[in-house]
Amino acid sequence: MNGFPSARSIAESIRTGERSARSVLDEHLARINERENEVHAFNLVLAEQAASSADEIDRRIARGENPGPLAGVPVALKDNLCTRGIPTTCSSKILQDWKPPYDATVVTRLANAGAVIVGKTNLDEFAMGSSTENSAFGPTRNPLDVTRVPGGSSGGSAAAVAAGFASLSLGSDTGGSIRQPAALCGVVGVKPTYGAVSRLGLIAFASSLDQIGPFTHDVADAALMLEVIAGHDPGDSTSIPQHFPSLAPSLDRGVSGLRIGRITDLPEGADQDVVDAVDAAFDTLAAAGAEIIDVTIPAFTYGLTAYYLIAPAEASSNLARYDGVRFGSRVAASDTNAMYMATRGAGFGPEVKRRIMLGTYALSAGYYDAYYGKALKVRRLMANDFAAAYEHVDVLITPASPSVAFPFGSKTEDPLAMYLCDTYTIPSNLTGHPAMSVPFGTGEHGLPIGVQVLAPAFGEPTMFAVAAELERSAARGEHV
Amino acid sequence: MSDAAWTHDGYEMVVGLEVHVELATKTKLFSASANRFGDEPNTNIDPVTLGLPGALPVLNRQAVELAMRIGVALDCTVQPCTFARKNYFYPDMPKAYQISQYDQPLNVDGRLELSDGIVIGVERAHLEEDTGKSTHIGGTGRIHGSEGSLIDFNRAGVPLVEIVSRPDIRSPEQAKAYVNELRGILVAIGASDARMEEGSMRVDANVSVRRPDAEFGTRCEIKNVNSVRSLGRAIDYEARRQVALIEGGESVRQETRHWDENDGRTHTLRSKEDADDYRYFPDPDLVRLDPGEEWISSVRAAMPMLPAARRRRLAEVTGFDVASEAVATVVERGQDEYILEVAALGAAADRALTHVKEAFADAGAAPKVSAADLASLIAMEVSGELTATQTKTVLADLVAAGGGDARAIAATHGFEALETSELDRFVDEAIAADPDAWAKFCAGEPKAMGALVGYVMKASKGQADGKAVTALLQSRRS
Repeated sequence: MNGFPSARSIAESIRTGERSARSVLDEHLARINERENEVHAFNLVLAEQAASSADEIDRRIARGENPGPLAGVPVALKDNLCTRGIPTTCSSKILQDWKPPYDATVVTRLANAGAVIVGKTNLDEFAMGSSTENSAFGPTRNPLDVTRVPGGSSGGSAAAVAAGFASLSLGSDTGGSIRQPAALCGVVGVKPTYGAVSRLGLIAFASSLDQIGPFTHDVADAALMLEVIAGHDPGDSTSIPQHFPSLAPSLDRGVSGLRIGRITDLPEGADQDVVDAVDAAFDTLAAAGAEIIDVTIPAFTYGLTAYYLIAPAEASSNLARYDGVRFGSRVAASDTNAMYMATRGAGFGPEVKRRIMLGTYALSAGYYDAYYGKALKVRRLMANDFAAAYEHVDVLITPASPSVAFPFGSKTEDPLAMYLCDTYTIPSNLTGHPAMSVPFGTGEHGLPIGVQVLAPAFGEPTMFAVAAELERSAARGEHV
Repeated sequence: MSDAAWTHDGYEMVVGLEVHVELATKTKLFSASANRFGDEPNTNIDPVTLGLPGALPVLNRQAVELAMRIGVALDCTVQPCTFARKNYFYPDMPKAYQISQYDQPLNVDGRLELSDGIVIGVERAHLEEDTGKSTHIGGTGRIHGSEGSLIDFNRAGVPLVEIVSRPDIRSPEQAKAYVNELRGILVAIGASDARMEEGSMRVDANVSVRRPDAEFGTRCEIKNVNSVRSLGRAIDYEARRQVALIEGGESVRQETRHWDENDGRTHTLRSKEDADDYRYFPDPDLVRLDPGEEWISSVRAAMPMLPAARRRRLAEVTGFDVASEAVATVVERGQDEYILEVAALGAAADRALTHVKEAFADAGAAPKVSAADLASLIAMEVSGELTATQTKTVLADLVAAGGGDARAIAATHGFEALETSELDRFVDEAIAADPDAWAKFCAGEPKAMGALVGYVMKASKGQADGKAVTALLQSRRS
């Protein structure tokens, strides 16, 4: 919690007429005016459009209508979510001026719930990175310490909520891109079960891993926002035709009787302050009535390697459409192949090019079995190992990030060091399971630490129960 | 006939065909845009068709159903399957990958029986999406040397089934028969209109040559074959080219070759070394497709009778050879049901087949001449009331008028059966007029009969029945 009101209380005050949506928006826009130059959370602030949406909410309230659970709540969108007629850039030069002719399903659902979209947030180009330093439009700074990164790739969305620019935001998580920046910015971040939230209109990085999820000030807001965006969408073939469970009843459930797993063979590499915070989390949960059970997940260690084959492989194909033929930027050249090379050479940044090359190589004739094929086997092993663990426990607890927010430039020269930021978050993407980061205490330099709660597919209710318990404990200041 | 052997300098050809057919669906394979040929360019498009960022494919159920029909019609195993991405850059390929099926196709291990009983194996028949259509301006009309290119994305995303034969074809005639038979099946089951000239059916041929019973030779893939006739010419040319290479001490290079209709040759398009590495991998935007026994059974149950079975049925009823051209022709035109209807009215089925084949070429599957009208005409012909020539005349009138009473039409021509006494008189006259021919005929020269019959026909102004005259002459001689 960082002193900003919850989205629930904002929506409630607007629905009851205590406040106008416009005044809530203006308050957020004022904070943007004050600090956005310093933070650079946004690629685009939609002040005028947000004002007219807020006014419309106020008119509906005046007519006695209920605009929905997010009535008048200012929301920021990661700039890889398509917004009709509004530039959607993926923080890439190749899409700098592209305006989608449609809204992503999540954007439609937010609008139907009464949300007011305040802007499009910065990200590592095409969501590839862990610091938002890979944006073609300059990095986002951590609002808690502007000499440090906000994490990534959804750094802009995490920073927007942490700085009070928006009450809620959406990010996308392919290997940790919601949970790691949430941890570094001291907010709640959720990667839902794969298939729980429609990917239609999310510009793909790695389709089998990508999932959209919320950044919020607290766990209850995350539950609210997730309930709004989750649910089957026939427009996404990987969307699961299943009713998304209600989360609100879980929030006050407590953890009594829950079995919470500690992974004894978790890869090392987390800083001591992070390790201490996770240990404290286990103590808190045990004290609250949970049973802590040791489990092993041998494949956990291979997650990072498998991920850096599968994700780039899919990306190499997903990003092939940026060829300058139909949309996006084009660099003219003498023939088609030269145009492709000039366009893609100028349009993509170095990290994107690196991953396209990695992925192209991993899928190439003669290398497929050794790289991509083997990574798929690891993915199956990972699923088996987690399934075995979940026979004994309800949720698992790990760090969300190996460290607190790090200074700019400290990992940019070493891609592998940057990739290690995702060690603890990647397995949930490979299995398609839900996981979330909840702020729990502070570490070095007083910076926030995120504890990650992992659950099996559609295990969000239990996951939220545990996260809420950790949040209550942190609010009592027991471990700060 | 499809079994005419092709050999050249002691080599035989080994041919496998890859046939792409556009499915006759309302909408595209993965989006709701119309699947329609001939519309204004770039009108049947949408975010999925154009591969816009954030767009996602949703599989068209009707396309799966039609693809399953093809699988069932070709005796394939219809199985759970997956979709894969075939990655390559080309301006008319919107996503820079084609969604296709790779290691787990929908239909596998089928067969197609040609009209002469030869069976060609079908390796697989899988679903995939079509590309857009490029038009190259200037130069030769091909991309190299053109001034610019226009792309129409209406075709992009249209559902295709690629039907891959086993290398069981041994002659140009067999290849043509395979394509004709396949087309007949596709039309019969409503899967495609299968028009090569409109591009809704496209045929590529893999051609190699070998000494009989030797290992397969190196193959070349022949593209740009735009008609069944060209297919025969192209593979004949290509096989001869390969034989000449081998006989000249060279070897065949594996490559893709372009058939040029104008010079009647194939030309190198790209060699194996230049071939793309398609980097196939499972499409993560789509889930596994398991049609399930129930769906497969319902497709099987709804399957109409296929051309081969219809040919067998017609041959049985008419007494014609199942492999005869007449049977194949009317079944291809879809007129076999009509013939059976005529026969059911008591008319001679063989006569019905002959008349329909000869006179109903443009009549389609449901001729305007009613089965009853044709049956009446055939009854008159068989009873001898009308000669073969007269029958043809009346039939032509029936077709022109779209039906009518055969007896009334015959009367307008003054066609009446000759009395036996009249016929006797004409025969007497013929023998008297040409005793020389009669002598030769009596001496056993069959040719001599022609002059005698000709006389009778002329004298009777064509009203005599040739068969009756022959019979009479023969009885007189004995």
